[in-house]
Amino acid sequence: MKILVVDDERDIQALFQQKFRKEIRDHEMEFAFAFSGEEALEFMKLNAHEAVLILSDINMPGMSGLELLKRIKEKYETPPPVVMMITAYGDDENYNQAMKLGADDFLTKPVDFSALKEKLKPKIA
Amino acid sequence: MIFDLIVAIFIVQYLRRTLQTAIELPRWDNILRYILFGSIGLLVVDVAFSNLREIVNWLSHILLLYLIYILYAVKDLRAARQVLIAIAPYFLLSLVRDFFQLFDLRQLENWKDILDTLTGCALVYMLIMGFIINRQRKALHRERMRTLREEAQKNQALSLKDQLEIQVAERTKELTRQKEELQQALSDLKATQSQLIQSEKMASLGELTAGIAHEIQNPLNFVNNFSDLNQDLLDELKTELKTGNVEEAVAIADNIRSNEEKINHHGKRADGIVKGMLQHSRTSTGQKEPTDLNALADEYLRLAFHGWRAKDKSFNVTLDSDFDPAVGKIQIVPQEIGRVILNLLTNAFYAVNERKKSNEEGYQPIVRFRTKRQGNRVQISIGDNGLGIPASIVEKVFQPFFTTKPAGEGTGLGLSLCYDMITKGNGGELKLETKEGEGTTFTINLPA
Repeated sequence: MKILVVDDERDIQALFQQKFRKEIRDHEMEFAFAFSGEEALEFMKLNAHEAVLILSDINMPGMSGLELLKRIKEKYETPPPVVMMITAYGDDENYNQAMKLGADDFLTKPVDFSALKEKLKPKIA
Repeated sequence: MIFDLIVAIFIVQYLRRTLQTAIELPRWDNILRYILFGSIGLLVVDVAFSNLREIVNWLSHILLLYLIYILYAVKDLRAARQVLIAIAPYFLLSLVRDFFQLFDLRQLENWKDILDTLTGCALVYMLIMGFIINRQRKALHRERMRTLREEAQKNQALSLKDQLEIQVAERTKELTRQKEELQQALSDLKATQSQLIQSEKMASLGELTAGIAHEIQNPLNFVNNFSDLNQDLLDELKTELKTGNVEEAVAIADNIRSNEEKINHHGKRADGIVKGMLQHSRTSTGQKEPTDLNALADEYLRLAFHGWRAKDKSFNVTLDSDFDPAVGKIQIVPQEIGRVILNLLTNAFYAVNERKKSNEEGYQPIVRFRTKRQGNRVQISIGDNGLGIPASIVEKVFQPFFTTKPAGEGTGLGLSLCYDMITKGNGGELKLETKEGEGTTFTINLPA
């Protein structure tokens, strides 16, 4: 199962690749990266056959994470991909909206990687 | 003599008329009236009782003498003294004649003709003199009236002058007071203006706070994450070295180095944001300095975007930015250009957000940001596909205190200050193109 990380900050790629170095090396997890909502949708189109777990930032220029979440949940119904939102603004409004749009989880930055690992493991198993 | 009485009546009437005794000298008027009535009475007696002629004659002399006396002696009547010259010859002759009759000087009978002739002459002389005196009196009177009139005019002119001087002084005082009031008002206004500029600046900073927090939080997260990572990597590096796995150790060391670079990069990024914020809140020095316009614009673009994002969670816009690398460094006042970019972007976001609120079918908010070098000029354009500005108010948007935002949301100073900063502070131009319902594009031209 692939994990697609969506964030406009490019260094997020280096960060994830190192934080999950062991998991990647041991082929427990496979990561893909998109730097905007549009890129993420493009990736989904190309990898529609694969089961994908999405970790998306909310605040991005252009298509926001919430918009991306809405589109993914509308388009890919069976099986609905797991979408976890990550944002610097952990306010109620963002949280409620994400939940309303069908987000599977809601994390705030700075990301606690050990907690994230624990959350990811059962979902990709 | 009947002439004495007639002369007396004439003199009395003359005095009363010329000296205006009824008004000016009422005491003497009374006396003159008694003399007048006395004379008329004596005339009547003279006509009626011829046997009393002697007595009447002497009474007439006394009356006339008295008149002559008062004319000569009384100060108030002196003005009419000329009359004396007229009547003197007649009066003397009349006296002489009566003395002749009194003492019955028959031997002087042959003098009688001469006396009669002289008396006739004296009467004629008196008449002529009377005529002359009257004319002189009239001339004098005219002269006096003229002098009086002139004096009155002069007095009038003088009082008018005084009045005018008072008025001028009052007006001067009033004008001075008004001038002072205006100067006070002007300095108050200047103080208010600088306060407004400062509060406008602080307000735009306030709008940015959330954006700035977000902008600082992101690099700080990277700094923390990568430094955590490096700690782990260093532990692993030690392990690898202990087992003598040099190849793996070198790979880890490379990772650590690259992470250090990232930490450094994000640390600098946060530093730049804080510096930019401080620069924004500081009073502009107004000094131009070589500035990387693209970097400045990018920084404010991010701040403005995240600032809006933080304020309105549902806000979303496609940012279409294109920085021309040929722009390079140009001489500008960086705080001012930063503020203008920020202000114009905030306006653009506001415009697309308002249009979005109308729930138009298929509306996709777009804000375009461009920098471009054109010969010795640099152009910055900030466009949106928002509501646009109605033609009726397009002329007013650069006026101070003009705002279309609801009360309390805008000071109406934003664009007016932008205009001043671009034209006065940086020697550039600020123009706008707009179409209602299609969007607005602001263009800044700066000398490079």
